[in-house]
Amino acid sequence: MDFRTSFFYTVFWKRFRRNRFALAGAAVVALLFIVSLCAPLIAPYDPAAIDAYRVLLPPSASHWMGTDELGRDVFTRVIYGTRISLYVGFVAVGIAVAIGTLVGLISGFYGGWIESVLMRFVDIMLCFPTFFLILAVIALLEPSIWNIMLIIGITGWMGVARLVRAEVLSIKERDYIMAARSIGASDIRILLLHILPNAAAPVLVAATLGVGGAILTESALSFLGIGVQPPMPSWGNILTSGKDYLEFAWWLSLFPGLAILVTVLAYNLLGEGIRDALDPRIHG
Amino acid sequence: MIAYLIKRILLLIPLLFGITLITFAVIHLAPGEPVDMQIAMSPKVSAESRQRIREFYGLDKPLHVQYGLWLGRMARLDFGRSFAPDNRPVTDKIAERIPVTLSLNIIALALEFGLAVPIGILAAVRRNTLVDKGITVFVFLGFAVPTFWLALLLMYLFGVKLGWLPISGLHSLGSERLGTLAWFWDLAKHLVLPVGVATFGSLAGLSRYMRSTMLEVIRQDYITTARAKGLSERAVIFRHALRNALLPVITLLGFSLPGLIGGSVIFETIFAIPGMGQLFYQGVMMRDYPLVMGILVIGALLTLVGNLLADICYSLADPRIRHGKA
Amino acid sequence: MRGRAVTLPVLAALALLLVSCNGAGDTPPLPSRGPGIPAYGDTLVDGTIGEPSNLIPILATDSASHDVAALVYNGLVKYDKDLNLVGDLAESFEVSRDGLTITFHLRRGVKWHDGAGFTSRDVLYTYRVIVDPRTPTAYAEDFKQVKKVEAPDPYTFRASYAKPFAPALASWGTTVLPAHLLEGKDIAASPLARRPVGTGPYRFREWVPGQKVVLESFHDYFEGRPRIDRYVYRIIPDTSTMYMELKAGGIDMMPLTPVQYRRQTDTPDFTARFNKYRYPSASYVYLGYNLRNPLFRDKRVRQALTSAIDKQEIIQGVLLGMGQVAHGPYKPGTWAYKDRVKDFPYDPEKARALLAGAGWKPRPSDGMLVKDGRPFRFTILTNQGNDQRLKTAQIIQQRLRAVGIEVKIRVLEWASFITHFIDKRNFEAVILGWTITPDPDIYDVWSSGKTGFKELNFVGFRNAEVDALLERGRRTFDTAERRACYYRIQDILAEEQPYTFLYVPDALPTVNARFRGIEPAPAGISYNFIHWYVPKEEQVYSP
Repeated sequence: MDFRTSFFYTVFWKRFRRNRFALAGAAVVALLFIVSLCAPLIAPYDPAAIDAYRVLLPPSASHWMGTDELGRDVFTRVIYGTRISLYVGFVAVGIAVAIGTLVGLISGFYGGWIESVLMRFVDIMLCFPTFFLILAVIALLEPSIWNIMLIIGITGWMGVARLVRAEVLSIKERDYIMAARSIGASDIRILLLHILPNAAAPVLVAATLGVGGAILTESALSFLGIGVQPPMPSWGNILTSGKDYLEFAWWLSLFPGLAILVTVLAYNLLGEGIRDALDPRIHG
Repeated sequence: MIAYLIKRILLLIPLLFGITLITFAVIHLAPGEPVDMQIAMSPKVSAESRQRIREFYGLDKPLHVQYGLWLGRMARLDFGRSFAPDNRPVTDKIAERIPVTLSLNIIALALEFGLAVPIGILAAVRRNTLVDKGITVFVFLGFAVPTFWLALLLMYLFGVKLGWLPISGLHSLGSERLGTLAWFWDLAKHLVLPVGVATFGSLAGLSRYMRSTMLEVIRQDYITTARAKGLSERAVIFRHALRNALLPVITLLGFSLPGLIGGSVIFETIFAIPGMGQLFYQGVMMRDYPLVMGILVIGALLTLVGNLLADICYSLADPRIRHGKA
Repeated sequence: MRGRAVTLPVLAALALLLVSCNGAGDTPPLPSRGPGIPAYGDTLVDGTIGEPSNLIPILATDSASHDVAALVYNGLVKYDKDLNLVGDLAESFEVSRDGLTITFHLRRGVKWHDGAGFTSRDVLYTYRVIVDPRTPTAYAEDFKQVKKVEAPDPYTFRASYAKPFAPALASWGTTVLPAHLLEGKDIAASPLARRPVGTGPYRFREWVPGQKVVLESFHDYFEGRPRIDRYVYRIIPDTSTMYMELKAGGIDMMPLTPVQYRRQTDTPDFTARFNKYRYPSASYVYLGYNLRNPLFRDKRVRQALTSAIDKQEIIQGVLLGMGQVAHGPYKPGTWAYKDRVKDFPYDPEKARALLAGAGWKPRPSDGMLVKDGRPFRFTILTNQGNDQRLKTAQIIQQRLRAVGIEVKIRVLEWASFITHFIDKRNFEAVILGWTITPDPDIYDVWSSGKTGFKELNFVGFRNAEVDALLERGRRTFDTAERRACYYRIQDILAEEQPYTFLYVPDALPTVNARFRGIEPAPAGISYNFIHWYVPKEEQVYSP
């Protein structure tokens, strides 16, 4: 633990601070958190308040981003959409990280046939076009927000598993693990207290990158009509509802589209920034 | 080399087995019985023909037996008949659509490598300059923009506003009467947008990978040695660093395939391209189980083959394997 | 009605001929260019979201297949532009005085596209294959009423019924299939499903899977060679793409959405290049309640739900005003439609009062209605891919919340919606649409004898008086008597509110302005397609 704190404050932060892109990414990510936490305070209207007589109005003083095809305030829906989209991103990635970490830890730590079986399973999962699997499961079950998060998670853990396993393999033979073993620490204790914290860095990077990917996957599902279902606003389904009016009701697609773009960009720059700052090789 | 190949191919067997098992499991997640759906589509199907369908798919048998039967039929490339009202053999339906998806993805893959490798190198060589930053933003933009949105915007710009490119489909009407060259030109114009959008979206992964491998290689001792020997920077980069940095990229080739094929659902739907992705989406929506199972298996098989090819290339390029040490 | 099925597929059984739309037109914009000189040539490119499934129409339930089939095949009779039944393959027909026998005199010299002659043998075969229990068709119902068929000579065909059956004549609008290519073979495995042979104005040329279906004009067509040489259906799965293709000239014809019609197509550029048409479509959209569910058993509750919904608001928000309020199952302006029925207009106060009368009282904490400690909540199901219905559901959700009812919306993919929810009666309320057939017989949807598995009265409506009226209405050919029956049925439905009838949307097709000869009529625009033409100097596609 000591090692990590000191590393963080000295080396990591110094490097990270120099990377403007990563800083900007971090700022956007922080802003999005605030927005999604305070959505009811920021949004001027009820996200579900329909006004059939004021549909597709252009942006104005009362509706900053105009109104949608049911007269709802687009600004309000984009703000609430932040919540839903981030929620999907985080839970999906959380599931992927949980499964991936578990599989990676177990196979790296125990090795032998357990490792072969688990890694073969990883190989098999990697063969499937992920989007096909997601599509099949969502359409066969139902496109509830839970199913969407679950299936994005279940089809997205393989990279994490490989990373964690590689990390475990490299840490396993280090002196302090040997030392822990020699004083009789149990497997679980070694895994949780010594190996997991050290494998956390690459997982953090993968997770940061994964959030963006999950948000994009949700928007692709929305385009096909099986993403988060209206009236619940997600950036993906607001964007989809605007795709038929690209030229004249541009506000309906532009704002959610930009929201996705900026957010995914921010998570990627942040992820890369963390990776660079953590990677001793690049900075030698 | 031969031994390596044989070993590599034998390793595919458990993978194949796993692929079919997962496909089978996914389909059986769905509530209800597959046969319900076929009955639903043709309400007058009699109890007798229902029984016939049940027997054909072995639905009256326990799951593991069903799986065995399905596996057996599949070994003969028989995926059964589609549940769609056309009732055609799934193998036919997939066969007429695979070439489109495959060729499109191969073109996109070639373009992706053709562009991502040089810009990755450029970013590495010019590390932390404006060029590097520009490239970073550019490739990440491609990744971050929702593809269907970008596709529609470009369609509107180049197809409707400027009228430079066709909007959707693969051929213009009457293209069959064009000469060979004109025919290809027509096809090429139709491919610009879909292939362009697909490539733009996939640049990030590979170019970033290329950049970091390159940075890593540049720091290795032998590069330092080469520099010390007074070789020009150009020679160092191209003769020494590049060769070593490119090697791991070959492996990536195989792994890019599932992502591209998965993405083809969106491209083919929006650009009205009659490929496997579109077929899969339609199949999934109407619960055409034989078709969905068929495409899942074929899609995964394609990746397997891609990986195998990548491995072979790798082994040819890597002297350690070429000389039979692996 | 193109693209993803918009109404229950089985419904097409009621609407054999109803591929085209019908209705009284509002004034069409005059073509901005002169009429030009009629000429042969050019190609019309139509857009379709879904690929046709099967070009033997009795085996298909999707609208894309029926659209193609409408140009390739003929029936014995058809609806003319004013929705009167006239002869098609039959030169003339007569109904016996007791209404039990219809005799068709077939046209002579009609040729199948492969050159074979058309005779009564083809009609006989068509009848037999439809009623054959082994044929997987959804259209057998009407033909089961037939007692006997005969073909005394090659150009006469006679069908006899045990009881008078008013929809009988219309039912012979079903497409006649070529006996010489099908007889003695398994129709479900016939290659004609992908290469049809008919008697119609267009013959099949090619089908490029996933891309297009190409038809070319049949020069020997019995009504004369069609002017337009080719008809191409391009398959474009995404609606936004299709609209851009229209603007870029890639397709010539598509149905517009209300927003496109009202807000996107008023530019000078668009109006110079396209003609827009608008007329009431032959369909209505409704909110149907599962009457087996205790929640909806009390008719005061259903009356309250209707009172709580502002239909005008829905028409404004969803259709931008381009539609009419529906009060019952008929289209305004048709002979069976009753203008004044005692309905339940938007009145939330009355809705609250009716609900209170049925025992639903607002909960003090949040105003939501409760009865015996249980809140009033239910789920509305609707099918995916229909934007208008989803919007309608959301507007209803908001209105019902205002009177204290909590509504959830669930959108389901069509096939599983029908199999797992409608067929199994596993739903609380649905938003769906029915096609309105020119013949007002609505037996299949409202008779208590049609509540069984997979039958169309899936809400479970049972009313002895309606049953008797439906039976009477189909057993007489007397229009006045039939009208009386259907008027009374509309009164009963308005009182019972088994559905909240919502709206009859307008059809909004647009066609490239180079096509001339389009004359909107109650039957829509496509009834005279063989007379559409493009003046020589404006033709785009060479033969």
